[in-house]
Amino acid sequence: MIEAIPIPLIVISVGLAATLAFIGLNALVLVYLERKVAGFIQRRPGPYEVGPQGILQPVADGLKLVGKQIFTPTGADRVLYWLAPMISIAPALVCFLAIPFGPHLQIINTNVGLILILAFTGINVLALCIAGWASQNKYALLGAARDISQSVAYEIPLLLSILPIIFMTGTFNLFDIASGQGAWPWQWYIVYQPLAFVIFFICALAETNRNPFDLPEAESELTAGFHTEYSGMGFGMFFLAEYAYMVVASCVTAILFLGGFQGPVASGWWWFLAKVYILLLIMIWIRWTYPRVRFDQLLNICWKWLIPLAVFNLLVTLLVIAI
Amino acid sequence: MIVKKFNDTIMGLWSLLVGLKVTAVNFTRPQITVHYPRQTVPSLEGYRGHIELVPQDEDPLKPKCIACNTCARMCPSSCISLTASKPKKKAAEDKECSGEESGEKPKPKKAKPELESFVLDYNYCSLCGQCVQNCPVDALRYTSDVYLAGFTRQEFVFDLLARLQDQAAQKEQ
Repeated sequence: MIEAIPIPLIVISVGLAATLAFIGLNALVLVYLERKVAGFIQRRPGPYEVGPQGILQPVADGLKLVGKQIFTPTGADRVLYWLAPMISIAPALVCFLAIPFGPHLQIINTNVGLILILAFTGINVLALCIAGWASQNKYALLGAARDISQSVAYEIPLLLSILPIIFMTGTFNLFDIASGQGAWPWQWYIVYQPLAFVIFFICALAETNRNPFDLPEAESELTAGFHTEYSGMGFGMFFLAEYAYMVVASCVTAILFLGGFQGPVASGWWWFLAKVYILLLIMIWIRWTYPRVRFDQLLNICWKWLIPLAVFNLLVTLLVIAI
Repeated sequence: MIVKKFNDTIMGLWSLLVGLKVTAVNFTRPQITVHYPRQTVPSLEGYRGHIELVPQDEDPLKPKCIACNTCARMCPSSCISLTASKPKKKAAEDKECSGEESGEKPKPKKAKPELESFVLDYNYCSLCGQCVQNCPVDALRYTSDVYLAGFTRQEFVFDLLARLQDQAAQKEQ
């Protein structure tokens, strides 16, 4: 009976389960980190009451979300409305399959790992679009519209800043890209491609709807943007997905520019996790430092600065490679 | 034109770094909020809480109040009510005393009414301070009671005379 199940299927199932656990755990840790960092930056203690130093606060938040009533607003498209959170979180799961966490810790080692991640993260836009459309709510619709124009714009410099790395390594395989870099920081691609790194990181912030680019859910203008109408775990799934995409973005940044799982001593998944968490902390730090940009500013940054710079960077890289 | 635009951009990028530095520095600094149930604010000087009676200099058990009723009349929320003993009785006593001591016929003193109760209904007080401002003998002052919380309205009907006597007793201890 067991022989009838192909081994790749077992690997993928186990991998997906592990990924799900990883995403959940990460979300808990990140929520706690986010609130603690926010507190410390604003010179207050942050979560403090639930558990020692408030460490159980995210668990309490999660339980509250699970316990809430699931509610569909009148006039909403019931099917699409509940499909959206699932479409949002499902591609995030797939993205983790291709990420090499360590030399032997990768669920699928595929030649198109990078393309897979780029393609699946793009689906998130569709989810937010559906959520905004199906909610029958003007704020949700405005949030979705903003998200689409933002994502479409920022996808371009994102891809353009990845291309130099692809040309340098000649592969889309994330494992090869990671192991192609040396163990020491000056052997990482960030030294060869600092501009691409900056552009990629900014675009990653914009793609994951993080501050200062969180216009789709701008609280002061759109109440909560595309997830205004979602209650309980409907909102919870969007929330999980947002944190999952943050982790994916940090993972890809770490692999492309920071040597992935390679470290000066004892390479392994711990180096990878450390790099990812440093990047996540920087994202959180940025969130609590900058105000939200205006929409025209957001698009101006992309079209007038990031895209020309990314193209310039790509051309210079190509010239250097050709010579 | 292009140079200016370029300069502005560089300055803008620099300001981003400055911003990051500001938050990073504040991240490492100690907290400035007070963890209320476990800690309290150290100094409440200048805080204007509800009013209380000022004791006489010679007798801390007795208030300076002359029961003139000005505060009760000034109060826009009508939350002060006070009663005083009738001055006639007091005047008679005074006469008797002074007469016994000196044997002379005393001049009729103007009798002072004595405060018997001073009740503040803090539920309605708007903390405007009219009573303190208008007191002719400065017999009222603000307290620094900030940690006030209760479950019933009755808890906020303060008997200020009893409060004054409690405070005097506590001081003696």
